[in-house]
Amino acid sequence: MAEPLWFLAKRSAAAAMICITFTDIVGNFATIQGNSMQPTLQQGHKDFISLLKGDVVFYEKISAPAYKYCRGDVVVLRSPTDPDQLMVKRLIAMQGDWVNVPGSHEIHQIPKGRCWVEGDNGNLSLDSRNFGPIPLGLVKGRVTIKVWPPHRIGRVERVLPEGQVMFTDMHSCVITRSCLEYTFRLGERASYYQGLAAS
Amino acid sequence: MFSDIARKFCQVFNLFCCVHVFHAHVGQLHYVVGPSMFPTLNATGDLLFLERFSVRFQKVNVGDIVVACSPENPRVLICKRVLAVEGDSISVLPEPYAQDAAKNVLIPKGHVWLQGDDPYKSRDSRHYGPVPYALLQGKVQLRIWPPHSWKKF
Repeated sequence: MAEPLWFLAKRSAAAAMICITFTDIVGNFATIQGNSMQPTLQQGHKDFISLLKGDVVFYEKISAPAYKYCRGDVVVLRSPTDPDQLMVKRLIAMQGDWVNVPGSHEIHQIPKGRCWVEGDNGNLSLDSRNFGPIPLGLVKGRVTIKVWPPHRIGRVERVLPEGQVMFTDMHSCVITRSCLEYTFRLGERASYYQGLAAS
Repeated sequence: MFSDIARKFCQVFNLFCCVHVFHAHVGQLHYVVGPSMFPTLNATGDLLFLERFSVRFQKVNVGDIVVACSPENPRVLICKRVLAVEGDSISVLPEPYAQDAAKNVLIPKGHVWLQGDDPYKSRDSRHYGPVPYALLQGKVQLRIWPPHSWKKF
């Protein structure tokens, strides 16, 4: 009688270890609560039926140890004001960038090792406009795909609001190759606009 | 033959998972080098054991030595003493030489004030302000190496 029970306990303990390791190293799922990322990610609620209406996203943590994040990524981060809470925001600026704070005419330079995050739904989002630039160490992962609801399955794209950020020190942060191409493309576009304005 | 190799692989993988879970959720050994905690820890390096439960369950108090992710460089870990937790108001000297330039700081919600024991050599919250609590990695419990100064904090 005790033999199969012991076997079952051993197997479930091993499965739990593997699951915890997977969620720590590869990535994890998160449900979206709150409407700060609309229209990119839709809001769910805490009760089960309406939870199914909200988005469930998968965020990967493989790029987390090297902090290979790019401007425009949707990231999961620990809230600086409440350590138990996870937030989903869009990464707008990295260290050394100058960022234009929406709704005001201020321009901030991001200090060393920090980044600027904002929700897509500007009016209803609690983000860097409230608590300033946050340390990059709070960022835990990058949202890659929406897995629920079925008609909204797809990738979460890297989008950067135009004209809000000025890259001053492009190589100060770790930039992947695709991101470098992206920033160069943006830079080309900026110089194109500058050329138009000059002519 | 093949099933033997598969079974060995599964065992090694399981062992790796167990080590990871212990390392990430229970505690880890950490080698700390630097002069910022000088009278308490050696500048030449100490092997410390840090446990993660007190950080996870928010049991960090004033006076504890913690290891945190540096707000200035996320790949660097810093080892400092907690001088104030959220809601506290403390008086700090921005420069240790200027004794009359003290200023009062109110620690915002979800933050802690970290400072090294050697005010002349430490780069800490006096330079970069209060640190978010979520950056804390663990609380230092034991010094394991060097063996003659084995100590429980």
